[in-house]
Amino acid sequence: MAPTAQRIEVTLETLLESVDLAESIVMRVAEASGFEEDDVHKIGMAVREGVINAYNYGNQHERRKKIQLNVELAPEQMVVHVIDQGKGFELTEVPDPLAEENLLRTSGRGIFLMRAFMDEFKVQHGPGGGAELIMVKKLPFTGSDNGRPPR
Amino acid sequence: MATLQGTCREVGDVAIVDFSGKITLGEGSAILRNTVRDLLGAGRRKILLNLADVDYIDSSGIGELVSAYTAAQNLRGELKLLQLTRRVHDILQITRLFTVFDVQADEEVAIRSFR
Repeated sequence: MAPTAQRIEVTLETLLESVDLAESIVMRVAEASGFEEDDVHKIGMAVREGVINAYNYGNQHERRKKIQLNVELAPEQMVVHVIDQGKGFELTEVPDPLAEENLLRTSGRGIFLMRAFMDEFKVQHGPGGGAELIMVKKLPFTGSDNGRPPR
Repeated sequence: MATLQGTCREVGDVAIVDFSGKITLGEGSAILRNTVRDLLGAGRRKILLNLADVDYIDSSGIGELVSAYTAAQNLRGELKLLQLTRRVHDILQITRLFTVFDVQADEEVAIRSFR
Protein backbone atom coordinates (compact mmCIF):
# COMPACT_ATOMS: atom_id res chain seq x y z
CA MET A 1 0.00 0.00 0.00
CA ALA A 2 1.37 3.40 -0.93
CA PRO A 3 2.30 5.59 2.04
CA THR A 4 -0.13 8.43 2.64
CA ALA A 5 0.81 12.06 3.04
CA GLN A 6 0.90 13.54 6.51
CA ARG A 7 -0.50 16.99 7.10
CA ILE A 8 -0.05 19.62 9.78
CA GLU A 9 -2.30 22.68 9.94
CA VAL A 10 -1.52 25.64 12.20
CA THR A 11 -3.48 28.87 12.48
CA LEU A 12 -1.20 31.72 13.47
CA GLU A 13 -2.00 35.13 14.90
CA THR A 14 -0.84 38.14 12.92
CA LEU A 15 2.00 38.76 15.35
CA LEU A 16 5.72 39.16 15.02
CA GLU A 17 6.17 36.06 17.19
CA SER A 18 4.33 33.98 14.60
CA VAL A 19 7.27 34.40 12.22
CA ASP A 20 9.68 32.60 14.58
CA LEU A 21 7.02 30.05 15.54
CA ALA A 22 6.27 29.08 11.93
CA GLU A 23 9.96 28.78 11.13
CA SER A 24 10.56 26.63 14.18
CA ILE A 25 7.64 24.28 13.43
CA VAL A 26 8.64 23.74 9.82
CA MET A 27 12.31 23.23 10.65
CA ARG A 28 11.42 20.50 13.15
CA VAL A 29 9.25 18.74 10.59
CA ALA A 30 11.95 19.06 7.93
CA GLU A 31 14.60 17.71 10.27
CA ALA A 32 12.44 14.75 11.28
CA SER A 33 11.73 14.07 7.60
CA GLY A 34 15.37 13.48 6.74
CA PHE A 35 16.39 16.79 5.20
CA GLU A 36 20.03 17.72 5.67
CA GLU A 37 21.02 20.65 7.86
CA ASP A 38 21.45 23.13 5.01
CA ASP A 39 18.09 22.22 3.51
CA VAL A 40 16.41 22.45 6.92
CA HIS A 41 17.83 25.97 7.18
CA LYS A 42 16.63 26.89 3.68
CA ILE A 43 13.13 25.52 4.27
CA GLY A 44 12.91 27.36 7.59
CA MET A 45 14.06 30.59 6.04
CA ALA A 46 11.66 30.28 3.08
CA VAL A 47 8.74 29.74 5.44
CA ARG A 48 9.95 32.62 7.62
CA GLU A 49 9.87 34.87 4.55
CA GLY A 50 6.42 33.58 3.63
CA VAL A 51 5.02 34.42 7.06
CA ILE A 52 6.79 37.82 7.06
CA ASN A 53 5.05 38.47 3.74
CA ALA A 54 1.68 37.51 5.24
CA TYR A 55 2.33 39.58 8.39
CA ASN A 56 3.55 42.72 6.63
CA TYR A 57 1.88 42.86 3.23
CA GLY A 58 -1.05 40.44 3.35
CA ASN A 59 -2.60 41.04 6.76
CA GLN A 60 -0.79 44.37 7.22
CA HIS A 61 -0.26 43.77 10.96
CA GLU A 62 -4.03 43.49 11.58
CA ARG A 63 -4.28 41.34 14.66
CA ARG A 64 -7.81 40.11 13.91
CA LYS A 65 -6.61 38.45 10.71
CA LYS A 66 -5.04 35.00 10.71
CA ILE A 67 -2.18 33.32 8.90
CA GLN A 68 -2.72 29.70 7.95
CA LEU A 69 0.34 27.47 7.79
CA ASN A 70 -0.18 24.03 6.25
CA VAL A 71 2.59 21.48 5.85
CA GLU A 72 2.06 18.36 3.75
CA LEU A 73 4.62 15.63 3.92
CA ALA A 74 4.44 13.19 1.04
CA PRO A 75 6.98 10.39 0.44
CA GLU A 76 8.93 12.46 -2.08
CA GLN A 77 8.41 16.04 -1.05
CA MET A 78 7.37 18.57 1.54
CA VAL A 79 4.76 21.12 0.52
CA VAL A 80 4.18 24.25 2.59
CA HIS A 81 1.23 26.61 2.18
CA VAL A 82 1.17 30.07 3.79
CA ILE A 83 -2.23 31.70 3.43
CA ASP A 84 -3.09 35.23 4.52
CA GLN A 85 -6.32 37.21 4.66
CA GLY A 86 -5.18 40.14 2.57
CA LYS A 87 -6.01 41.06 -1.01
CA GLY A 88 -3.60 38.70 -2.74
CA PHE A 89 -1.06 39.60 -5.40
CA GLU A 90 0.36 38.44 -8.68
CA LEU A 91 3.99 37.37 -8.99
CA THR A 92 4.30 39.49 -12.11
CA GLU A 93 3.70 42.58 -9.94
CA VAL A 94 6.76 41.89 -7.79
CA PRO A 95 9.84 43.90 -8.84
CA ASP A 96 13.03 41.95 -9.53
CA PRO A 97 15.32 42.64 -6.54
CA LEU A 98 18.37 41.73 -8.63
CA ALA A 99 17.73 44.49 -11.16
CA GLU A 100 20.35 47.23 -10.91
CA GLU A 101 17.75 49.87 -10.08
CA ASN A 102 16.36 47.77 -7.21
CA LEU A 103 19.59 46.74 -5.49
CA LEU A 104 19.40 49.53 -2.93
CA ARG A 105 15.74 48.98 -2.10
CA THR A 106 15.26 48.16 1.56
CA SER A 107 12.45 45.64 0.93
CA GLY A 108 11.22 43.25 -1.74
CA ARG A 109 13.63 40.32 -1.36
CA GLY A 110 11.34 37.87 0.46
CA ILE A 111 9.75 36.33 -2.63
CA PHE A 112 13.15 36.03 -4.26
CA LEU A 113 14.53 34.16 -1.24
CA MET A 114 11.57 31.77 -1.14
CA ARG A 115 12.14 30.97 -4.81
CA ALA A 116 15.87 30.55 -4.28
CA PHE A 117 15.56 28.21 -1.31
CA MET A 118 12.72 25.94 -2.45
CA ASP A 119 12.44 23.67 -5.49
CA GLU A 120 9.07 25.05 -6.56
CA PHE A 121 7.27 28.22 -5.62
CA LYS A 122 3.98 29.69 -6.74
CA VAL A 123 1.35 32.16 -5.61
CA GLN A 124 -2.38 31.80 -6.00
CA HIS A 125 -5.44 33.33 -4.44
CA GLY A 126 -6.40 31.51 -1.25
CA PRO A 127 -9.93 30.44 -0.28
CA GLY A 128 -10.65 33.87 1.27
CA GLY A 129 -9.12 35.87 -1.57
CA GLY A 130 -5.78 36.50 0.13
CA ALA A 131 -2.43 35.24 -1.07
CA GLU A 132 -1.62 31.56 -0.84
CA LEU A 133 2.09 30.89 -1.16
CA ILE A 134 2.90 27.31 -2.09
CA MET A 135 6.45 26.05 -1.63
CA VAL A 136 7.77 22.61 -2.47
CA LYS A 137 11.03 20.99 -1.38
CA LYS A 138 11.94 17.55 -2.66
CA LEU A 139 13.05 15.10 -0.01
CA PRO A 140 16.65 13.90 -0.28
CA PHE A 141 17.27 10.44 -1.70
CA THR A 142 20.01 8.20 -0.42
CA GLY A 143 20.23 6.00 -3.53
CA SER A 144 20.66 2.90 -1.35
CA ASP A 145 17.04 2.22 -0.55
CA ASN A 146 15.39 1.95 -3.94
CA GLY A 147 14.94 5.67 -4.23
CA ARG A 148 12.91 6.02 -1.07
CA PRO A 149 13.69 9.01 1.09
CA PRO A 150 15.37 8.32 4.45
CA ARG A 151 13.20 8.42 7.56
CA MET B 1 18.82 37.84 25.84
CA ALA B 2 18.40 40.07 22.80
CA THR B 3 18.26 38.54 19.32
CA LEU B 4 21.25 40.68 18.36
CA GLN B 5 23.93 42.27 20.47
CA GLY B 6 26.31 44.96 19.29
CA THR B 7 29.46 46.23 20.97
CA CYS B 8 31.07 49.40 19.65
CA ARG B 9 34.80 50.13 19.74
CA GLU B 10 37.08 52.55 17.95
CA VAL B 11 40.32 52.09 16.08
CA GLY B 12 41.56 55.49 15.00
CA ASP B 13 38.65 57.22 13.32
CA VAL B 14 36.92 53.96 12.41
CA ALA B 15 33.95 52.86 14.51
CA ILE B 16 33.77 49.07 14.65
CA VAL B 17 30.63 47.30 15.81
CA ASP B 18 30.99 43.66 16.79
CA PHE B 19 27.58 42.10 16.29
CA SER B 20 26.52 38.69 17.49
CA GLY B 21 23.23 36.89 17.01
CA LYS B 22 20.56 37.23 14.34
CA ILE B 23 19.60 40.21 12.19
CA THR B 24 15.95 39.45 11.65
CA LEU B 25 12.56 41.16 11.55
CA GLY B 26 11.84 42.93 14.82
CA GLU B 27 14.42 43.36 17.52
CA GLY B 28 17.52 42.35 15.56
CA SER B 29 16.80 44.74 12.70
CA ALA B 30 15.94 47.53 15.15
CA ILE B 31 19.21 47.11 17.07
CA LEU B 32 21.21 47.33 13.83
CA ARG B 33 19.22 50.40 12.73
CA ASN B 34 19.59 52.20 16.05
CA THR B 35 23.28 51.39 16.39
CA VAL B 36 24.16 52.79 12.97
CA ARG B 37 21.85 55.78 13.43
CA ASP B 38 23.52 56.61 16.76
CA LEU B 39 27.00 56.36 15.26
CA LEU B 40 26.08 58.61 12.33
CA GLY B 41 24.33 60.99 14.71
CA ALA B 42 27.51 61.20 16.77
CA GLY B 43 29.41 62.25 13.68
CA ARG B 44 31.06 58.94 12.88
CA ARG B 45 31.57 58.55 9.14
CA LYS B 46 33.72 55.44 8.94
CA ILE B 47 31.75 52.45 10.15
CA LEU B 48 32.79 48.81 10.04
CA LEU B 49 30.20 46.19 10.94
CA ASN B 50 31.85 42.99 12.13
CA LEU B 51 29.41 40.17 11.36
CA ALA B 52 31.71 37.29 12.33
CA ASP B 53 29.22 36.11 14.94
CA VAL B 54 26.04 36.78 12.96
CA ASP B 55 24.84 33.42 11.77
CA TYR B 56 21.45 34.40 10.40
CA ILE B 57 19.93 37.24 8.44
CA ASP B 58 16.49 37.46 6.82
CA SER B 59 15.07 39.83 4.21
CA SER B 60 14.30 42.40 6.90
CA GLY B 61 17.90 42.29 8.12
CA ILE B 62 19.18 42.60 4.56
CA GLY B 63 16.96 45.64 4.09
CA GLU B 64 18.37 47.14 7.28
CA LEU B 65 21.94 46.63 6.09
CA VAL B 66 21.09 48.36 2.81
CA SER B 67 19.40 51.18 4.71
CA ALA B 68 22.48 51.60 6.94
CA TYR B 69 24.72 51.66 3.88
CA THR B 70 22.70 54.36 2.11
CA ALA B 71 22.34 56.41 5.32
CA ALA B 72 26.14 56.49 5.65
CA GLN B 73 26.58 57.32 1.97
CA ASN B 74 24.07 60.15 2.16
CA LEU B 75 26.26 61.74 4.85
CA ARG B 76 29.39 61.20 2.75
CA GLY B 77 30.39 58.40 5.05
CA GLU B 78 31.43 54.81 4.43
CA LEU B 79 29.96 51.64 5.86
CA LYS B 80 31.72 48.34 5.28
CA LEU B 81 31.19 44.75 6.36
CA LEU B 82 33.77 42.49 8.01
CA GLN B 83 34.08 38.71 8.29
CA LEU B 84 30.82 37.28 7.02
CA THR B 85 29.69 33.83 8.12
CA ARG B 86 28.93 31.39 5.32
CA ARG B 87 25.18 31.85 5.49
CA VAL B 88 25.30 35.64 5.51
CA HIS B 89 27.89 35.51 2.73
CA ASP B 90 25.61 33.27 0.64
CA ILE B 91 22.60 35.55 1.14
CA LEU B 92 24.56 38.63 0.07
CA GLN B 93 25.86 36.74 -2.91
CA ILE B 94 22.51 35.52 -4.24
CA THR B 95 20.92 38.93 -3.69
CA ARG B 96 23.80 40.57 -5.62
CA LEU B 97 24.61 42.79 -2.65
CA PHE B 98 28.26 41.84 -2.93
CA THR B 99 28.28 44.32 -5.80
CA VAL B 100 27.10 47.03 -3.39
CA PHE B 101 28.92 46.39 -0.11
CA ASP B 102 32.64 46.50 0.46
CA VAL B 103 33.12 43.19 2.29
CA GLN B 104 36.43 42.67 4.07
CA ALA B 105 37.93 39.54 5.58
CA ASP B 106 40.68 41.07 7.70
CA GLU B 107 40.13 43.81 10.26
CA GLU B 108 43.46 45.61 9.77
CA VAL B 109 43.06 45.61 6.02
CA ALA B 110 39.48 46.81 6.42
CA ILE B 111 40.55 49.71 8.65
CA ARG B 112 43.22 50.78 6.16
CA SER B 113 40.71 50.62 3.30
CA PHE B 114 38.70 53.59 4.58
CA ARG B 115 39.42 56.86 2.79
